[in-house]
Amino acid sequence: MAGLRSTVQALTAKRWFRLPRQPMLRHLSFAAVAAVALYFLTQWLSAFNDYEVGQIGFYAIALAGLTLLTGINGQISLGHGGFMAVGGFTYALLVEHTTWSLVPELLVAVGVSAVVGAVIGIPATRLRGPYLAGMTLMVALGLPYITNQYNSIFGGDQGLNTPPPTGPASVNPTEWLTWIQLLGALIVLVLLGNLVRSRFGRSFRAVRDDEIAASLTGIHVARTKVIAFMVSAGCAGLAGAFLALSAGGVNSAEFPLALSIYILAGVVLGGTGSLMGVWWGAIIIVYLPTQWSQSLASDFHANALVSANLAVIIFGLVLIVTMLVAPGGIQGGLRWLAAKGAAYLSSGGVSNMTLSLQEPTDRPVSDGESVRTTTK
Amino acid sequence: MQFFLDITLGGIATGMIVSAVALGLVLIFRATNVVNFAQGAMSMITTYIAYDVLRRGADYWLAFVVALAVGLVFGAITQSVLIRPVQGKSPLNAIIVTFGFLIFLEGLAGAIYGSTARNYPAPFSLSGQKLGGTQIAFSPFDLFVVVAVLVLMGLMLVVFRGTDLGLRMRAVAFAPEAARLLGVRVRPLLTLGWALAVAAGAMAALLVVPTSSLTPNFMDVILIYGFTAAVVGGLDSPVGALIGGLVTGLSLAYVGGYLGGSLEPMAALALVIVSLMVRPEGIFARPAARRV
Repeated sequence: MAGLRSTVQALTAKRWFRLPRQPMLRHLSFAAVAAVALYFLTQWLSAFNDYEVGQIGFYAIALAGLTLLTGINGQISLGHGGFMAVGGFTYALLVEHTTWSLVPELLVAVGVSAVVGAVIGIPATRLRGPYLAGMTLMVALGLPYITNQYNSIFGGDQGLNTPPPTGPASVNPTEWLTWIQLLGALIVLVLLGNLVRSRFGRSFRAVRDDEIAASLTGIHVARTKVIAFMVSAGCAGLAGAFLALSAGGVNSAEFPLALSIYILAGVVLGGTGSLMGVWWGAIIIVYLPTQWSQSLASDFHANALVSANLAVIIFGLVLIVTMLVAPGGIQGGLRWLAAKGAAYLSSGGVSNMTLSLQEPTDRPVSDGESVRTTTK
Repeated sequence: MQFFLDITLGGIATGMIVSAVALGLVLIFRATNVVNFAQGAMSMITTYIAYDVLRRGADYWLAFVVALAVGLVFGAITQSVLIRPVQGKSPLNAIIVTFGFLIFLEGLAGAIYGSTARNYPAPFSLSGQKLGGTQIAFSPFDLFVVVAVLVLMGLMLVVFRGTDLGLRMRAVAFAPEAARLLGVRVRPLLTLGWALAVAAGAMAALLVVPTSSLTPNFMDVILIYGFTAAVVGGLDSPVGALIGGLVTGLSLAYVGGYLGGSLEPMAALALVIVSLMVRPEGIFARPAARRV
């Protein structure tokens, strides 16, 4: 055991590999590695699995937006499914009425969702937790159903069609869509990763931790909260447009309350405030309702009603249990393990480090340091 | 004019139900600073239990009492098992727990009862009455709704203003630390507050269900209307809940009647935004100072 430890220490001491210190370069190098890995993954998987990987991509976008808002800025949204609906319908309307190409259509969808986010975010600057939660719950329950009122525009129950984008003839269309979605996810995560480490990101966190202290240091609290809300809603809008592309069309039934719940559960489970944690959440959102819960139900010979509702039950339990037992989520747990491991390797045993999983911080935790953020 | 009168009467009946939901939210928010997003789902469960009691051949009123009693117990258990551990932590934690409980309960009801809509009987006729030669859209059941909610509000008022128990509950809600120092046992009173609130919600659900239908998510929309009413009236004012409920019920009735039913949830959102812009603490709330 001691031999292993000294070997690892020798390896880490040499620093044969060093990540770039500049956040932009570091994130871009991460993204480049991830892009290559994902390319080979999609090559290796079948078309149906590609479709699911693409779904993971757009859920990761929505989750990253909510992570920014809730984990980093401290505002909650129970209604990101509603913002996804805005993005999806905007995109579908553009497809129907314009002949633009994919990228400007997606950008407009993001912009419109961000504006709707501002409409909710501006009154939200005067609110705290429960009011905002209730308002966003209304967005989730009400916004998609406006479309049922104006059937001539939004196509009623049928909804609108969003044909898949055409790529080069040699590429399978599903694979092409998956690449677009994954590329979108990587771009969004790189951009958000930089945003979080910029002046804006620091003011987001300052506002989360103490609004009054933040305003005393010269941060415009209301503007900061609205910006966070707009960025977050914009991400949800992009995710909604990608969801429309995956489904081949949009209608209000694609954006039920359950979607907002899944997104919140994904953020909480992945680790609130952790941008890397969104991948865990996205994987769970894609596979739990369709595959894992079905196989679990058939393992226990549950009837059709149980298996249809098992995913929702599990997501509810996940939200409750994560909050009660491990508020740091999966990424918080991994970070805790990594910190324990590092402490073990460096000092020859677990030190008296105290690491709270209460509020994950975004910077690495060094040995012996106690991490405690206070929120009220 | 007839149409206007009809939707006004309908709005009053809806408003009274919404008031009862808002009262449940306010009771919990006052006592524990938590908005119970699971309240709708919890009262959906109590209504399903009442439905089961009815199906076994019981009387309507027995089922009514069973639902309220189950609501009391359910509220108490929920507070002690789920809410107490997150009490005093970041408000986000409590919101996420109650929201998780909401969908857990809806999934559970779906797994047990399925999503088929069921009819729940009303104790009185649901059809409008003739009054002085004109047909008005106010049924005996609507009258029952108004009376039941007013009785509920009156009982709450008597308990909170007139009894020693109510005084202690108000003390706990107003200043928990000071109350504790003065020898009030805080914990059981918080549990009791939740029990009463969930019972109020259970009654509201029983008043909604005959004119809607019993499904696992039939209370979702009513809950956000109740939240609207609570915000309009002020989240910590029971009188505000009543007034807010009427304002919400009437506004929604006019929007639904003249513009279209699918717009009602967004009208509620607009009402919340406007009332927060104009009077952020609600009409009847005590002005609150936020401490650093």
